[in-house]
Amino acid sequence: MNEQEKLARRASKEQIIYANILVVGVWSGIAIMGITYFLYLSGIMPPHVDLHTITTLWDKGVKEYLELTHSPHGWGWIYYLKKGDFLNYIGFIWLAVMTIVCYLVLVKGYLAKKDWLYSGIAILEIVVLSLAASGLFGSGGH
Amino acid sequence: MLNNFFNSLNRLLISSIVIVLSCPAGAFAADQAATGGGDKPWWFWPLILFVFCFVLGVLAVMAGVGGAVLYVPLVSGFFPFHIDFVRGVGLMVALAGALAAGPGLLRRNLANLRLALPVALIASAFSVVGAVIGLRLSALNPNIIQACLGGTIVGIAALLIFSKNSEKPVVTKQDAIGMALGLNGLYWDEGARESVEWKTHRTLLGMSMFILIGLLAGMFGLGAGWANVPVLNLMMGVPLKVSVATSKFLLSITDTSAAWIYMNQGCVIPLIGIPSIVGLMFGSLLGVKLLAIAKPKMIRYLVILMLLFSGLKALDKGLGLGLLG
Repeated sequence: MNEQEKLARRASKEQIIYANILVVGVWSGIAIMGITYFLYLSGIMPPHVDLHTITTLWDKGVKEYLELTHSPHGWGWIYYLKKGDFLNYIGFIWLAVMTIVCYLVLVKGYLAKKDWLYSGIAILEIVVLSLAASGLFGSGGH
Repeated sequence: MLNNFFNSLNRLLISSIVIVLSCPAGAFAADQAATGGGDKPWWFWPLILFVFCFVLGVLAVMAGVGGAVLYVPLVSGFFPFHIDFVRGVGLMVALAGALAAGPGLLRRNLANLRLALPVALIASAFSVVGAVIGLRLSALNPNIIQACLGGTIVGIAALLIFSKNSEKPVVTKQDAIGMALGLNGLYWDEGARESVEWKTHRTLLGMSMFILIGLLAGMFGLGAGWANVPVLNLMMGVPLKVSVATSKFLLSITDTSAAWIYMNQGCVIPLIGIPSIVGLMFGSLLGVKLLAIAKPKMIRYLVILMLLFSGLKALDKGLGLGLLG
């Protein structure tokens, strides 16, 4: 490999850190999904909504579905973690949190390099993702 | 003998598309969907969904499109699930695929973090707005979303037919915004065995397009690779390989924000979500292996046909015409 090729293949330090966090995060997320889905379907952890009942209601809109099944929205699922179906949310949340975790590491790196522009962009992205995660948006639908 | 094997493989792949489009899984699912599917044992739907998504995963990789752009119109057309749940899971499918692909693309320096960050901020902010609008419209009348989704999918199919990507666009002078953001780089082109320098132009125009991309991604639960690539490549002058890789990585950020909105609303049902995500991911892994030996061009045309059909079916369903069953 010549110098030119080495240079072209070399990813920035931030990219490598981001990639390393993602690898661990994604595969652990998939493993969590596999385990929680098994606990759910096997009946080891009984669900909040019976499996057959779901198949009769999943053609309803989400608002009606939640009302009929007495299911929570927003972060309410946390109180139902003993139920097999809501246990699966851990895997989903894990995947959705990965980007925020990666960005926190990016901010630290950019601040250390005094790259104010990209520090600002990364902080704004964390704000957007955190607001989306907070449940403040779209809650008027219920 | 090897040729015979490849021909057989191609025939197998083409048959699998036909399977998805017309026969057992799709047609049976559509038939059952009409009755709500409540008379089947609970395990029937996750199982059939896993097989369906596995085939979709193979085809999506070979056609060079994201899984969600096929998942949302096809699953909403052939399965009994309400469009709210299909969009919520569609975003999780796109998110999982993008997160899985991200590390390899970043390490090989194909996806560019400096390019992705500013456009991701715009797209993710507007995907939140799109998700909120989509859920409001859906609560008002799901047929509005179904018809708009159909129109968008038909538009995407047309875009895939008519847009001509440029391998290495010529950018003579970088604009001020691109320069200020440091939107330039160097990557290694394995095919040509050379390093390629790139920089952006028309940066402001390109970035403003991500407002629309974010809105559509959030509103319909679609990954937006079909739109990211033409904007990055044709409008901003980023080389095709960097555009494709950065677009895939970008989805992991854009889709995260919209996915949070759908999750908070309760639109991700695990019984539907897990088989979809796992099926598409395993299918994609097989697709990557088959990509080396199959003829992707043919697959791409057939996938475009699938998109056209599913888009027209969604339009038909949304407008209540009943022409396509």
